[in-house]
Amino acid sequence: MEVVRKLKINNNLGIHARAAAKIVELANRYSSRLFLKKGDQEVDGGSILSILTLSCPKGTEVQARIVGEDSENFMKELNRLFEKKFGESR
Amino acid sequence: MIDQKFAGEKTIRGIPVSPGIIIGKARLVDRSRVKILYQYLITGDQVNREVERFKEAIRATEEQLTMLKERMPDQVNQHGFILDSCLMMLKDSMLNEATIQKILNEKINAEWALKKSLEEIREVFTQIDDEYISTRINDVENVTEKILRNLSGEAQESLAEINERGIIVAHELSPVDTTELNINMVMGFITDVGGRTSHTAIMAQALEIPAIVGLETATDLIEDGDLLVVDGNTGDVIINPDDSAIIYYQEKQFQHEEFKSSIARKSHLPAITLDGRRIAVKGNIEFLEEVAAVRDNGGDGIGLFRTEFLYLKSKGLPSEEELFQDYRDMAEIISPDPVTIRTLDLGGDKFSSELEITREMNPALGLRAIRFCLKEPELFKSQLRAILRASVYGNVQLMFPMISGLQEILDAKEILAEARNELDRKKIEYDRDLAMGIMIEVPSAVTMAEVLAQHVDFFSIGTNDLIQYSLAIDRINEHVAYMYQPFHPAILRMIWHVVNTAKDAGIGVSLCGEMAGDPLCVPVLLGLGIEELSMNARSIPLVKKIIRSISVEEVHADFDKVIKLHTADEVRAHILDKMKVLVPELEEKGFLDA
Repeated sequence: MEVVRKLKINNNLGIHARAAAKIVELANRYSSRLFLKKGDQEVDGGSILSILTLSCPKGTEVQARIVGEDSENFMKELNRLFEKKFGESR
Repeated sequence: MIDQKFAGEKTIRGIPVSPGIIIGKARLVDRSRVKILYQYLITGDQVNREVERFKEAIRATEEQLTMLKERMPDQVNQHGFILDSCLMMLKDSMLNEATIQKILNEKINAEWALKKSLEEIREVFTQIDDEYISTRINDVENVTEKILRNLSGEAQESLAEINERGIIVAHELSPVDTTELNINMVMGFITDVGGRTSHTAIMAQALEIPAIVGLETATDLIEDGDLLVVDGNTGDVIINPDDSAIIYYQEKQFQHEEFKSSIARKSHLPAITLDGRRIAVKGNIEFLEEVAAVRDNGGDGIGLFRTEFLYLKSKGLPSEEELFQDYRDMAEIISPDPVTIRTLDLGGDKFSSELEITREMNPALGLRAIRFCLKEPELFKSQLRAILRASVYGNVQLMFPMISGLQEILDAKEILAEARNELDRKKIEYDRDLAMGIMIEVPSAVTMAEVLAQHVDFFSIGTNDLIQYSLAIDRINEHVAYMYQPFHPAILRMIWHVVNTAKDAGIGVSLCGEMAGDPLCVPVLLGLGIEELSMNARSIPLVKKIIRSISVEEVHADFDKVIKLHTADEVRAHILDKMKVLVPELEEKGFLDA
């Protein structure tokens, strides 16, 4: 099963180390694999370094693609993480 | 600059990143890199053993990092994520799998393969424009270093083993190093490299100990055990100071502490000027939990309660009941002091999943705040009912953000009237005299202030957005951030106009942007007639101190000169001079960064 969705980065700092760590943490809880794409660059969403190299400041839109059995639940949680700005207040 | 007669053997100067003065012994920390051996592997057996050896080193490093995390002192545990991200890097495919692949395919030893992986990652990171992210390569290097040490069996000196109080002297401290520290033994940090946003700086500020970075030659010039004076206000480090220097700095250290505790001791007292005028100093908050900090720092109530959080927290919209309980708790806790609740100041993009708003090119100028609320009357009314219901539990005021003209006030009042009618029908109590005000943060509202004043009970000047909209600069855009000038004469004239208009109309006026908490702005704001300020809780004690050193009559007369100046730089220079006379301690104690 594959789910694809566009997500926007709304926290002021963008995807920095702490936010990237939260994405990987989430990815580790699911068997499905996550790929994040910005422009035409797609990286492994389970790799903190790869996510950082994507370089996503505030306002960036990334495309999340999740492949695997629990992809739908995974996408729900991922969307929630982006919406609550990775738990950051601004 | 240091007076030569106070010098020691040698004085060096770096970037002060955390204030305070300490005199203590240097504890030199060796963070030198591991030497790497390069080897080709001949047999398949050797290759497999090498992969196992690498995996073992990863396991050992993981264990060490986990142990560090568990032992981390409470004061710094919000930095625990640094260790979490290091743990993730250990297992990261770019570092871990990539290295194993290199051992297998290129038949090279683990150290060499790891080094190659690091170089590849470095290559990618150097191409990143974002400075914050590109410097994360330091974390990767640090993790690699730990793996290398485990591969070679060399144990690195651990900062946790330092058991005598001293000043840490290092070439550079990694986040992992700083989390390892036994903080009771650390008086301060000085390092050869680093900048204002380095982890050493953040950590030192959290621990409230002095730190100086970017000293370049500290580890070359300083020997372990040398006596050091570290002045975290100026950035000076004196190596082996003579007696007169020690006496001089002990005195300075004492004064700094004395000043800090004296402003803290008096912060619960009202802020009354030399000529007897009471100025209200309130706190800006976002969460209920922050009320304690406002109280502790002596705030006279909440001048700005931002209500966005509950809307962002949950996926769906918060219920009226949920909002009501939050506002009621706030009103009760801060009572009898007032709390000004600002209605939703969000853009539609924040609700994209719920309300299907199209994306905007320029959200600061888009459908947000009051505009958005007027488009979504049911959502708005639910918040207004919650605020009305909370109003009987304390001293509540209602405020609308981003008003640009009268029509928005009329429309908002209409929805407010509907909300009141609904409560009346259900016989639910609310404060019928609830004060209603608006944020003045759009330039058109400044121009129309006389008209708007006829329809509201108070103005609250939001300088952050007012500056952004008036000077046409995006604060988040680093290329124009230098133009974000609170002292721009246009801004001062606008604030002045709004204050005068409010006073003529007999309505309240306060100021709640970052300017309110900036010590330098206080004399100007009081000079143009502001009598109520709202700011971050931690700014309150110093602002109160400055208010007590000022005579309104005098700064009022001085404002006549300020308003004739033509550039922000001229205003700033004038205020700096003025401040040195008004509160001389500020400069002496290093609280003014010129």
